[in-house]
Amino acid sequence: MIVGNRKDFGEILEKLGPARRVLVLGCNECVTVCGAGGEREVGVLASELRLCWKKEGETFDVKEHTLERQCDYEYIDQIRGFVNDYDVILSMACGAGVQYVAETYKTKLVLPAVNTTFLGVTIEQGVWSERCQGCGACILDMTAGVCPIARCAKSLLNGPCGGSSGGKCEIDNELDCAWQLIVDRLKEAGRMDRYEEILPVKDWRTGRDGGPRRRVREDMRL
Amino acid sequence: MKTNSGIERILAGGGFVVTSECGPPRGADAEVIRRKGELLRGVVDGVNVTDNQTSVVRMSSLSACVILKGMGLEPILQMVCRDRNRIALQSDILGAAALGINNVLCLSGDHQKFGDHPQGKNVYDMDSVQLIQVVCRMRDEGRFLGGEEVKGRPVMFVGAAENPFADPFEIRALRLGKKVKAGCEFIQTQCIYNIERFSRWMEMVCERGLHERCAVLAGVTPFKSAGMANYMKKNVPGMDVPEEMIARMKGVPKERQAEEGIRICVETIQRVREIPGVRGIHVMAIEWEEKVAEIVKAAGLLPRPETRVGGH
Amino acid sequence: MRLSYPSNVKVVKVPCTGRVDVLLILRAFESGVDGVYVAGCLEGECHFLRGNLRARRRVEYVKGLLEEVGLGGDRLEMFNMSASQGQRFAQFAQEMTERIRLLGPLPVRKAPGNG
Repeated sequence: MIVGNRKDFGEILEKLGPARRVLVLGCNECVTVCGAGGEREVGVLASELRLCWKKEGETFDVKEHTLERQCDYEYIDQIRGFVNDYDVILSMACGAGVQYVAETYKTKLVLPAVNTTFLGVTIEQGVWSERCQGCGACILDMTAGVCPIARCAKSLLNGPCGGSSGGKCEIDNELDCAWQLIVDRLKEAGRMDRYEEILPVKDWRTGRDGGPRRRVREDMRL
Repeated sequence: MKTNSGIERILAGGGFVVTSECGPPRGADAEVIRRKGELLRGVVDGVNVTDNQTSVVRMSSLSACVILKGMGLEPILQMVCRDRNRIALQSDILGAAALGINNVLCLSGDHQKFGDHPQGKNVYDMDSVQLIQVVCRMRDEGRFLGGEEVKGRPVMFVGAAENPFADPFEIRALRLGKKVKAGCEFIQTQCIYNIERFSRWMEMVCERGLHERCAVLAGVTPFKSAGMANYMKKNVPGMDVPEEMIARMKGVPKERQAEEGIRICVETIQRVREIPGVRGIHVMAIEWEEKVAEIVKAAGLLPRPETRVGGH
Repeated sequence: MRLSYPSNVKVVKVPCTGRVDVLLILRAFESGVDGVYVAGCLEGECHFLRGNLRARRRVEYVKGLLEEVGLGGDRLEMFNMSASQGQRFAQFAQEMTERIRLLGPLPVRKAPGNG
């Protein structure tokens, strides 16, 4: 899933400026699962805004609404009826959702309330961890199912570097060394010969470096 | 002999190599490099010039190499993959060769988290193993990574670093094997304090015959104080400082700790010299270049052989 | 044991403090209360094993939110006591009431037309 982190309240307030008619718009997908921007987080942020503005004696109108997704037009379209009652849409979706809402309502001010961070998994309730960087050319078959692009701090394809210590990364002793994980798995599978192969320099054309990406499946088009 | 490298020449003649390093200044003062270079003249066979080590911005390694070269020293250009992509790295290899630099040391580089610009974006378009491959291909096949022809090949002696003390230990010799397979001709190790672990690693290296294809130079760093020993143990990733070393440093009064640090360093050199497969010593006296001559002399490694043919 | 506690304390009954949700606390403040405290069972004695521990973490989280908003985290507290400790219940009610009195009413100004 896409993992995000809600922005600090202070930053959100600052971005809102004088706007007091605010539509807090959640997303029922990834950001719901990672507790960053689903219906509950919409409720919490809206509540914070109301409490804050009540304290200041301000007049305001904070509306809570959560869409099934903010990355599909048909859901975004559902707010068309009341979107103009608000000065600002405070989107709690990932960066993709924020942009699509902004593209859909061209004259509306759309602000992000979430910092989109990574593609990851739930490690345990309340803990998420990065797994993928969407490089567009998966090599997990070569690296025992552990991605060194996403999980090695230096994205080394022929690691580990000299900073791997006790299974942990040199930049953070809470962080697993991806190459330790790869070696452990290769050993378990009796495939250490794989380790001795040099992985070639990566072709980044399929990644973000090749420019913004687009995918078309002709057979699915209407 | 593939190159004009003085280090390659000594190794080819079966000699024992001594290298050291010189950290460029955090400024544009060439005098700093000249001063450090002067301290190493006639004392070592090659001088590594670090490339923004610990991710702190310094004068570029290539510029400092050229200054040392101009003094008649033999610089070893360190190149890290952290700050440049494949285009810039290959371009700098060509530039270095054009300026008469004969040695390159291919490194991944410390993560920028440790430096003075932790906010920076890292590159890591290649890793050290791949950089070795690319330099060797430019030299031996006359091809860039992208496949185009190199017109005027960069003739450089290619080295790398390896840390026998990092984990997982059992793959440390295998990883050197990957570097050798990539074309690496000499290796400098991380500072050795745990001689027992280093010899076990050397055994693994020799079992695989890697010592015959790649010259292993054993790295040493003198402690300036007990505090430094302790710091290195606790804070430098991948550093193995046994407790007894720290105890030994702490065992002497403060004003004599520097002397003790040098004594430990000299003893380490004498012991690792005896380990089969070791072809040289790399003395990393961090911001303590003035002590290198004393260490090399005390270790019985002076005078150094004459390698230069008719100056530079 | 007939103990009295301040009459300004309004008790909201829940089957377990584990039921106390972040939004429940926020809504209480929004509806105009000056302080909230959660009275849970003693730690390690939750009938549902971890309900009171969860409540404590949520209370800490909402304290952070109240700080962010500028109302102050002190207006919210978590206390632990067993069902037989009526004395403690009264004591905490007293303590919290005094604390909130010192902090004063929730600093909310009247504005026209706010829900």
